[in-house]
Amino acid sequence: MPNEKSRVGKILIDHQTALLEGWLATLVARLGRHETAVESEFRNQATRFLLLLGNAINIAGCSEIDSAAWTGTRQLLEEISANRVRQGYSSIETANFVFSLKEPITAYLQNELAGDPSALVIEITATDALFDKLGLFTVEAYQKTREQIILRQEQELMELSTPVVQLWKDILALPLIDTLDSARTQVIMESLLQKLVDTGAAIAIIDITGVPTVDTLVAQHLLKTVAAARLMGADCIISGIRPQIAQTIVHLGVDLQDVITKASLADAFEVALQRTNAAIVQKAS
Amino acid sequence: MHDRLAMTLQDDLTNRIVKDRAKGVLIDISALDLVDSFIGRMINNIAAMAKILDSHTVLVGMQPAVAMTLVELGLTLRGVKTALNVEQGMKMLKFDNLF
Repeated sequence: MPNEKSRVGKILIDHQTALLEGWLATLVARLGRHETAVESEFRNQATRFLLLLGNAINIAGCSEIDSAAWTGTRQLLEEISANRVRQGYSSIETANFVFSLKEPITAYLQNELAGDPSALVIEITATDALFDKLGLFTVEAYQKTREQIILRQEQELMELSTPVVQLWKDILALPLIDTLDSARTQVIMESLLQKLVDTGAAIAIIDITGVPTVDTLVAQHLLKTVAAARLMGADCIISGIRPQIAQTIVHLGVDLQDVITKASLADAFEVALQRTNAAIVQKAS
Repeated sequence: MHDRLAMTLQDDLTNRIVKDRAKGVLIDISALDLVDSFIGRMINNIAAMAKILDSHTVLVGMQPAVAMTLVELGLTLRGVKTALNVEQGMKMLKFDNLF
């Protein structure tokens, strides 16, 4: 519609300063507290948003926010959402950045179209629809950033909980605790193999005393880890196999091939010492 | 490392083994980030060729990512000895009574 493009767009350009101040006043009031740094960040973001919004509406109209003309606006909203996530705001607070601009704009529309109620209704409907879309887009961007952060934290947690320790010269130990799932086992594999490269150790003892159950997938992952270590020129011993796990492995039909397995870490350590041509000597007291 | 390079390596290596009467070959793949089934087979072949020429081959410096890929591909590199680094590789060749 011919007026749709220009009316709101015109308001944004003609009354930019007043809109900015009105909008900022609402945003700051919503904050509840007085912080200069936050306020100046809001001011910066609001100014840029008004500019981009005005441009986008004047070029492409209010309806298709997915189009190329709206890219700048979308990117700014993504940036703002990402910042809000990191600063600890909720998704509603973030969306309100967009929604609180609706009121001042609507006020101007009412002023200018007071004498033309049908046009006013059309404009307000279009503005409502636009802000709904922008608000939803903001919430979606917020959630995406949140998910990314959670994923990254999960990753870091996994890495922290699988330490590889150097037991002795050329002997590494990897004590596994808790239930193993595919993702965690993958991380464990990678960190063990990397540690083998870093230390040049000949043997790694994977101790599964702390693992309550082993299923086929976990067993396969462990076997793959051993195979990979061997390909690289090292070897692995699996220790800490409890009676139940031994039973499970046989029942599942998992073939351990020629992987050395020991019931206790101590036995595994003994074997590792032999393999690396080392021995522990009991001194005469 | 692309395929043509691998073929060239085969040629160069076998030629040098004969020319220098080399008893041992140390192939350092620490610069390889990725290995596909073609390269895997190539490495296997090179070791086999070297063996025919009476030369022992040791592969050193395999990166974790490469090792995992080979395991996934089911390539065991049978008949190829591996060591974590050059020092251990040399130790291995020494053990083969080469020097």
